[in-house]
Amino acid sequence: MPEGVVAPAKVADGLEVAGIAAVPSTVSVPVAVADSVELYRTMRYIRRFEERAIELVRAGEIFSGIHPCIGQEAVAAGACAALDPGDIVLSSHRGHGHLLAKGTDPSRLMAEMAGKVTGIDKGRGGSFHPSDFTAGVYNSTGTVGHGAGIAAGIAWAAVKAGDPKVVLSFFGDGAVTQGALLEGFNLAALWQLPVVYICENNRYATTLPVEAAVAGTITGRGEAFGIPSSVVDGQDAEVVHAAVAEAVERARRGGGPSLLEMRTYRYHGHHTFEMLVRLRYREQAEIDSWKERDPLDIQAARVAEVDRTRIDAEVELDLDEVVRFAVDSPRPDPVDATDHYHADGFRPRPGVSL
Amino acid sequence: MPKLSYLKALNRALGDEMDRDESVFVLGEDVNFALTNITAGFLKRYGPDRVVEVPLTEQGFTNFATGAAMAGRRPVIEFQIPFLLLLVFEQITNQANKFLMMSGGQRSVPVTYLMPAAGWRAGWGAQHSDQPYSMFAHMGVKTVLPATPTDAYGLLTTAIRDDDPVVFFGPLASLGVREIVEYADLAPIPLGSGRVHRSGTDVTVVALGHLVHEALAVAEELADEASIEVWDPRSVYPFDWAGLAESVARTGRLVVFDDSNRACGMGAEILATAAEEMRLVAPPKRVTRPDGAIVGAVPELDVVLQPTKAQLAEAVRTVLKSTGW
Ligand SMILES: Cc1ncc(C[n+]2csc(CCOP(=O)(O)OP(=O)(O)O)c2C)c(N)n1
Ligand SMILES: [Mg+2]
Repeated sequence: MPEGVVAPAKVADGLEVAGIAAVPSTVSVPVAVADSVELYRTMRYIRRFEERAIELVRAGEIFSGIHPCIGQEAVAAGACAALDPGDIVLSSHRGHGHLLAKGTDPSRLMAEMAGKVTGIDKGRGGSFHPSDFTAGVYNSTGTVGHGAGIAAGIAWAAVKAGDPKVVLSFFGDGAVTQGALLEGFNLAALWQLPVVYICENNRYATTLPVEAAVAGTITGRGEAFGIPSSVVDGQDAEVVHAAVAEAVERARRGGGPSLLEMRTYRYHGHHTFEMLVRLRYREQAEIDSWKERDPLDIQAARVAEVDRTRIDAEVELDLDEVVRFAVDSPRPDPVDATDHYHADGFRPRPGVSL
Repeated sequence: MPKLSYLKALNRALGDEMDRDESVFVLGEDVNFALTNITAGFLKRYGPDRVVEVPLTEQGFTNFATGAAMAGRRPVIEFQIPFLLLLVFEQITNQANKFLMMSGGQRSVPVTYLMPAAGWRAGWGAQHSDQPYSMFAHMGVKTVLPATPTDAYGLLTTAIRDDDPVVFFGPLASLGVREIVEYADLAPIPLGSGRVHRSGTDVTVVALGHLVHEALAVAEELADEASIEVWDPRSVYPFDWAGLAESVARTGRLVVFDDSNRACGMGAEILATAAEEMRLVAPPKRVTRPDGAIVGAVPELDVVLQPTKAQLAEAVRTVLKSTGW
């Protein structure tokens, strides 16, 4: 284990603190050594990016609001650090961290969230459904759980083309009760496709606690299809990295899909509308207890203070530019509203013929 | 000259595209044994990497096809029953069809959804006899509904080559239609191009899918009374509005013969557009299934729940008799 990685016993403690039944991480032997400093940088970047985005939501610049991933940075950073540049990521509605960790241009992501023409999807994907093919992020589906089958199709196409790609498919605990997710698992396992399924179990689907939603276990769903499935401490980026690297390696050498249940927690509301509407579905004590194992703190402890200070300053400087770019970029022209509806340029009729 | 059946035309079009383009593959239930005959001989010809037998997992394999298409392949999914298209309505309309737009034009999803037995199956029960092409047109998914073997060949070819998702409806009642063709004459047909099957000057009958053949029979029966133009849009989205306008400009009168349910069906859209934009000398009529029709369990009941030749003849006479608005 790299120095400083929290031992499984401590992982279990952390989960207990948060009021979840302790499940020791079944992944212990890392197959790849993470770059602690780079992981810290990625996580710091994601957190501050999200905080700056929330400011833009408040300022009315990001009118959709966002689903902040603050508290879950270790999953995005650790998982994407285990990928090759040619690998593919499928994200979800809580996807900014995944895109940033996979290498999307942060300025163009923030511009996308603000609905600007300079965004990665020209403003058409928004915060909820961003994709960025230059960074290998093929989709962020808004239909919870439906990325699992899409991931299988991408992986199948890669295998048939002799391309050693691995597809990482992210989804939440809310997705594991979707039939389409399980259908995706079945196809990926049936054909032994190179997919790593990552469930970010942040304990809630909007207001619904996982205990009130999930019969059996999340990993049990993978096991039922013969998919190697583990519970992982999602607060520790290096533990995440080790688990994902092992699954990616297995997928790349033809060993088929894996399922990793990342135990993590979101600090903010499901969506920024919760800043306006107070929803009392969880106790402050629970939030506080998870913050005791803050993923950024855990990683910061592994990085020399001088490096941290430098990185923090660099991130701030960079984000000033990101925000400036997003705010200053032009808004789309309404005459372009039906651009990209069809590949051959066919345009729908307008709503009125005068 | 060879006689080509509708099903054989589908088999031929798919095979020709698989020969022409390595990225095309077919997936579906019972495709290995070619239950419908569309993939007859394919497993041997193309192998299991291009003829992909899938379990009963429609949402799973429809999303799977979206993924394969994003990665550069051209999947053709064969569906066995129309309601399966309802089971994957979200996957087609919300995942596949919106993706090009949601990605700002980065990538399209060229999947063909092939439904080769749409419509009434006598006695098969209420869940097997739907005809939901209007729903896809409503959602802005390219949708074709060819009536003849030649058009089936041409439109399946175009659907597969098209870079967007396309739903192909082959009406069950058309599958037995045979046509004498020259294979060399079979060619792609552009989406959104209608076809005049029979020219006439008194009234335009817009007939969709298998109803084209019934409309032609009615036009023949009424030949002494009126000169009926039978016009077939062939694709319901995009729709050949200019072609329809041209026909209506000649006849001034319109009857639509459509196997959709009445409310919100294609027939409703065609009448509305004609009323808004075309010069009709008399109020138009449509002959459709009733609102929210449920057919399929008992043939005697089903017959009165589907558009009939007698209804069409009656509607044509009424429109011809009308003295105006
Ligand atoms: C199939 C589906 N059902 C419901 C919704 C509405 N919805 C959007 S996000 C969400 C909660 C998702 O929870 P989870 O999967 O745990 O992800 P998290 O928000 O916690 O990251 C719900 C119910 C949806 N988008 N898709
Ligand atoms: Mg959740």
